Amino acid sequence: MEIQVAESQEIKKDWEGGVKPLKASYGKLMMWFFIVSDALTFSGFLASYGFTRFKHITTWPIADEVFTHFPFLHGVDAPMYYVALMTFILIFSSVTMVLAVDAGHHMNKKRVTLFMLLTILGGLIFLGSQAWEWKNFIVGQYGAVETRGGQILQFVDGSTGKRAYIDDFSQEIQYNRITQENNQGIWFTGDEVPEITLEEVKLGFIENENLLIRTELIAENEKHILNREESITKLNDAVRVVKGANLVRNEYGNRLFANYFFFITGFHGFHVFSGVIINLIIFVNILLGTYQRRGHYEMVEKVGLYWHFVDLVWVFVFTFFYLV
Amino acid sequence: MAEVQHKLEIFRGLLKFRSNQSKIWAVLIVLSIVTIIEVALGIIKPKALLELFLGMKILNWIFVILTFVKAYYITWDFMHMRDEKSGLRNSVVLPLVILVLFLVALLLVEADYIFQIKYNGFLSWDF
Repeated sequence: MEIQVAESQEIKKDWEGGVKPLKASYGKLMMWFFIVSDALTFSGFLASYGFTRFKHITTWPIADEVFTHFPFLHGVDAPMYYVALMTFILIFSSVTMVLAVDAGHHMNKKRVTLFMLLTILGGLIFLGSQAWEWKNFIVGQYGAVETRGGQILQFVDGSTGKRAYIDDFSQEIQYNRITQENNQGIWFTGDEVPEITLEEVKLGFIENENLLIRTELIAENEKHILNREESITKLNDAVRVVKGANLVRNEYGNRLFANYFFFITGFHGFHVFSGVIINLIIFVNILLGTYQRRGHYEMVEKVGLYWHFVDLVWVFVFTFFYLV
Repeated sequence: MAEVQHKLEIFRGLLKFRSNQSKIWAVLIVLSIVTIIEVALGIIKPKALLELFLGMKILNWIFVILTFVKAYYITWDFMHMRDEKSGLRNSVVLPLVILVLFLVALLLVEADYIFQIKYNGFLSWDF
């Protein structure tokens, strides 16, 4: 009888509190809960990106042609080098984070401080890179025109095969632009007047015999280029000049491309941003010696889990947005 | 916390490290090599890899597989999944794998259907 009681008590003990059934603390388990749910959120975004892309598989913009900038290299075509660099920065800040966790296990306050600082720096550099990337994307490069059906037409110099800038070839026309004022009873529609008008682009296109139009359609892994006659007819369908990108239209192609870019990289960037803030709070606590007094650096471990997760998400964003 | 034990081998025991720190640096090297391969392939784009395989270019399949390789090392070594109990490991990884594969498969098949309708059906591209 006595033996039986003792046995059942032992079995019960695992689930009656005071022990850790999965050998992980409450805080760490809850961080894993959060990570799983957040991973599902990101999967939802990336899956919907995949959906849209497969739906427009023959007309989707080619990422290599969109993200071609590298700091201090103006006009140099550097596809993906910068995003690859950003990937390295984030992976490296993950490494410093895991080194901080390791130093925490050895109760080495100095090393934890150093590696946390490096992690925060890595996060800040990554955020700056992303801001720069967004700036380039929003400002745009070559410029394009949009047809009535919402298709983007880009310009190519037929003699060199390179993309042509609308700023370069458009012919300036003198307009008598009138400043409208409230006292004339005019409602402002808010439609901004583009720096280059459609007429100027058309005029420049007609005068420059070499120019051709590049459509959104992909044929044999490259965007389809129309011949001169087709180009001139096609240009008559154009209704507006598009430069750069906003939430409505962008010069790179499909409208949803820019929307997904802003949303997914923005959401990820927001995660990095909150990660940096949380890391800063933990960093201050490390400096104050809170965890040294507590006897363990588990807080660093928990925030580390989040930070690695952010890195993990970037690995997927990098593949699906820039590589594939 | 000083008594925390880490499993110190990667590649199924092929490489075993003396300390957790040297393992971390080794994982960084693995991740860097994989990323460099990805970027190099993305820039060269070998013609042979642009053929379609199961509805996607072979190159893209390689990218996806390499991404999962990277994801494995980040979770297993940086997030210390390797040191957790298998119960915790499975309850984090299995739901994600099952749900995400399900979601992605459904959405991509559906998107391909819409694409087929758009191009071979009764809608024209240049409307």
